[in-house]
Amino acid sequence: MKYRSQKVAYWFFALSMLLLVLQLAYGFIMGFARVGLDGLHDFIPFNTARAVHTNLLVVWLLSGFMGAAYYIIPEEAQRELVNVKLAYVQLISLALVGVAAIIGYHFNWWEGRKFLEIPRQLDYLVVVNVLLFLGLILVTLFKGKRRTTTALVLSMGLLFAALLYLPGMLPFDSQVMDSFFRWWVVHLWVEGVWELIMGGILSFLLIKLTGVDREVIEKWLYVIVGLTFLSGVLGTGHHYYYIGVNKIWLIVGGIFSALEPLAFLAMALFAVNMYRKGEKRHPNKLALFWTLGAAIVSFLGAGLLGFAHTLPQTNLYTHGTLVTAMHGHLAFWGAYAMIVLAIISYSMPNMTGRKLYLSARGRAAFWLSNIGMIGMTVAFGVAGVAQVYLERKFKMEFMQVQNEISIHFVVLLICAAVLTFGIALYIIDFIKHGKPTDQALEPSTIQ
Amino acid sequence: MLSKKQARTFFLGGTVVTFLIFIGLTIYSFSKEQDQSNYENITEQVVRGKQLWEANNCMGCHTILGEGAYYAPELTKVIDRRGKGYIKAVLTTPNAWAPNGRKMVAYGFSDEEAEDLIAFFDWIDDIDLNGFDTVVSPLAKDKTNN
Repeated sequence: MKYRSQKVAYWFFALSMLLLVLQLAYGFIMGFARVGLDGLHDFIPFNTARAVHTNLLVVWLLSGFMGAAYYIIPEEAQRELVNVKLAYVQLISLALVGVAAIIGYHFNWWEGRKFLEIPRQLDYLVVVNVLLFLGLILVTLFKGKRRTTTALVLSMGLLFAALLYLPGMLPFDSQVMDSFFRWWVVHLWVEGVWELIMGGILSFLLIKLTGVDREVIEKWLYVIVGLTFLSGVLGTGHHYYYIGVNKIWLIVGGIFSALEPLAFLAMALFAVNMYRKGEKRHPNKLALFWTLGAAIVSFLGAGLLGFAHTLPQTNLYTHGTLVTAMHGHLAFWGAYAMIVLAIISYSMPNMTGRKLYLSARGRAAFWLSNIGMIGMTVAFGVAGVAQVYLERKFKMEFMQVQNEISIHFVVLLICAAVLTFGIALYIIDFIKHGKPTDQALEPSTIQ
Repeated sequence: MLSKKQARTFFLGGTVVTFLIFIGLTIYSFSKEQDQSNYENITEQVVRGKQLWEANNCMGCHTILGEGAYYAPELTKVIDRRGKGYIKAVLTTPNAWAPNGRKMVAYGFSDEEAEDLIAFFDWIDDIDLNGFDTVVSPLAKDKTNN
């Protein structure tokens, strides 16, 4: 690590790990409920578990992105963070808002809008929190010795993510308009500006791990994020096919969302090519695994599996079925969870001075979690396709179909156990690294 | 070979152009002539129904307009499929119950609240969904075929 203030990233990563564990626990509650083991129903009904599961995902990823920014921006801007104390205030307030929201969900305190369940009162606190975060990052960047493309793309992603939170706070009387603008947040986040954040982190990691010239990497970063927006913005239309808006979206959404995999393909090819081109052999192979893994698995999960049900002719039947859950799980895992785990794997040895990246445990964590998640995706996929045929084609009753496909949720639970085992190993590694220390500062920067 | 400056222009230009088209299409699809969201039939009762729908996170189990959690049935066209009497009974019962083995929270809504939610479902049923209604409701399909 080059700057003392980069240590603040550790605490954001620690919060991420804690929330990830909770996310998995609530995932199991839902998985067991689906096979009939719903003993917790009176305390944690499915809608509570679901809101907690998805919101924890968003918060642990955001905490990971924020940690990544606090680690990357000082190094890119070549100066300390402008105010470390405020960064800790931001961390604590983020944790408090997250915890308040999650507790609230257990007492029917929510907005009941998919992915944006956080109650309005807490929304305002989220806005204040994110403004504080952005202020710290942008002022550091502004006062820095240099402004790199990597830092700019990462910061732009974070800034736009904050701005795009606002349409989700608009009140509507119409369910259609509510849904329409909810996707401005959710789609334009995950298939738009979050990809800028992912691209920025990926670019930073590739520069550090492969040694390829920054100019080359950053040029391709522009091309990739360009492709992302070119396809992703109008690709929002794939959420508008069947919610009660004009047929124009069938054409626009169909064409542009079919192009979305290209951005992910470009990202995967970019990462693999930079790795091949690189002459530097960084010893932290584990970080390289997660980095290349994120680029490749995001193409599979977000790109290919998204394409599988993005055309209007297919989506007519798959819209509102478990096919969406199949795509959602591998897409979030590949694109966002893995890139956060990559930056953690890269930065932990640098912040703590403990170089644990040669351990078999780290590799086992990588493979087990990926195998588990791919298995879960297959289980969701088989259940989803069966549901589409039985319910939508053969017009069987919803619950009759659910009973037919429940066996796939047994498979899902087994695969989820493999994923959890992998994540447990990752977290053991995280804990074994210990706390960040000034002793881990690179000699050239100690004054 | 592409320079970094050209790559940046591609990114910024592409983003601005597609976003402007996106805004334009949004305005177009909600313009009075093109609107198919059944907006003009929203009553105060429908709005109250929507508020109840959100306050209880019904979307956390069910889907509506194909959006939600896939744990409980799609509720678009539910009145066609089940009839108002059945839906009212489900919404007002204070007793824990599990239709076909899957538990639903017993909300025990008042008569008035149940009517509000039914008005909301009724309003949903008249939205032009570009054919999705024919997939989720066998009755709607029959209507189309006839």
